[in-house]
Amino acid sequence: MEILLAIVIGAAFGAVLDRIGATNPTYIGRMLALTNLNLMKTILLAIGTGSVLMFGGQMIGLVDVGHMSVKAAYVGVFIGGLMLGAGWAASGFCPGTGVCAAASGRKDALFFIAGGLLGAAAYMITYPAWKASGLLDDVMGGKTTLGAVPGAKFDGLTAMSGDIIGILMGLAFIVVAFVLPERIGGGGVAVPAE
Amino acid sequence: MTLDWKIGGVLLGGVFFLAVLLVKPIGVSTQFVILNGIIGDVVNSELVTKTDEGYTSTNAYLAKSGGKYAKSVANPLNYSFIFVLAMMAGAFASTQLRGGLESSERSIPEIWRNTYGNSQAKRYAVAFLGGFVVLYGARLAGGCTSGHMMSGMMQTAVSGYLFAAGAFAAAVPVALMMYRKES
Repeated sequence: MEILLAIVIGAAFGAVLDRIGATNPTYIGRMLALTNLNLMKTILLAIGTGSVLMFGGQMIGLVDVGHMSVKAAYVGVFIGGLMLGAGWAASGFCPGTGVCAAASGRKDALFFIAGGLLGAAAYMITYPAWKASGLLDDVMGGKTTLGAVPGAKFDGLTAMSGDIIGILMGLAFIVVAFVLPERIGGGGVAVPAE
Repeated sequence: MTLDWKIGGVLLGGVFFLAVLLVKPIGVSTQFVILNGIIGDVVNSELVTKTDEGYTSTNAYLAKSGGKYAKSVANPLNYSFIFVLAMMAGAFASTQLRGGLESSERSIPEIWRNTYGNSQAKRYAVAFLGGFVVLYGARLAGGCTSGHMMSGMMQTAVSGYLFAAGAFAAAVPVALMMYRKES
């Protein structure tokens, strides 16, 4: 059953990533260079929609709170984020969109995957040094959410209700998605009004 | 050619919701480690071994957290690994349904061609190096754009915001520098 769900949800995720343009390095590059923020608006709306549905569903008992999976916060999360961001901008791929781009017929994505496997292997070998450095030790409570979610096995960073904050944050993401302009700065080339 | 952001955003959010409703939040980058483990275990069968309690590995990273990665390496037909293979199938089908990828895009995307020209070697080299840095960083961070940024922020995970802050702090300056012509 679980394998069937993996196939259905995975295929849907891959197809949607392709349709929103996330498998195309040109859209990723223009989003990160802030000259075409359509993809950013898509992603913000998606995160917001997911939040509202998930926390709303948890509040009415439709969604099992035990399905939540919160990762630990540690300094390495930020350092790793910096590295991923740099490589993401340079190549136009991240792990998920890279494998989807390769499947869509992009040969450069195959090189991205090869580099990615080598990079993951390099981390597997150097992991003990990171572990010893203390940069993998929990900060801000480790596996925490902004507020404590009733029934979840994770602590809240604040004493506020995790469900309510989740819905409010979700709505905030949706509002930002709508307010965000199609492009910021640049201005070398005027965008024709639609 | 791409979906309107309002439609695309609701569809993508719907997939995130479906994942957490039925199974668990989406994540991808761990599977690069699992594939490495599968390849490594073929080359050296001592890499992952069965124990009384489950699985372990001579590699400290595969052995961490009670050997959960070692277990996935030993059982590749697990949810998360199949999920990534299905993503590829979904993206392939979607591309075919919209008429396939333009031949000019197959080796070099437009944004790269506009600034750096037609050298495939140059593009492939940067894609390879980019992949190395992206996956090294993702494993250091414990997740990638899917697991940390999308699934994490959707759940109001503190780690998700921390990751997104790092990712954009590097990605925007690098993109502005590399693709100045696009701005």
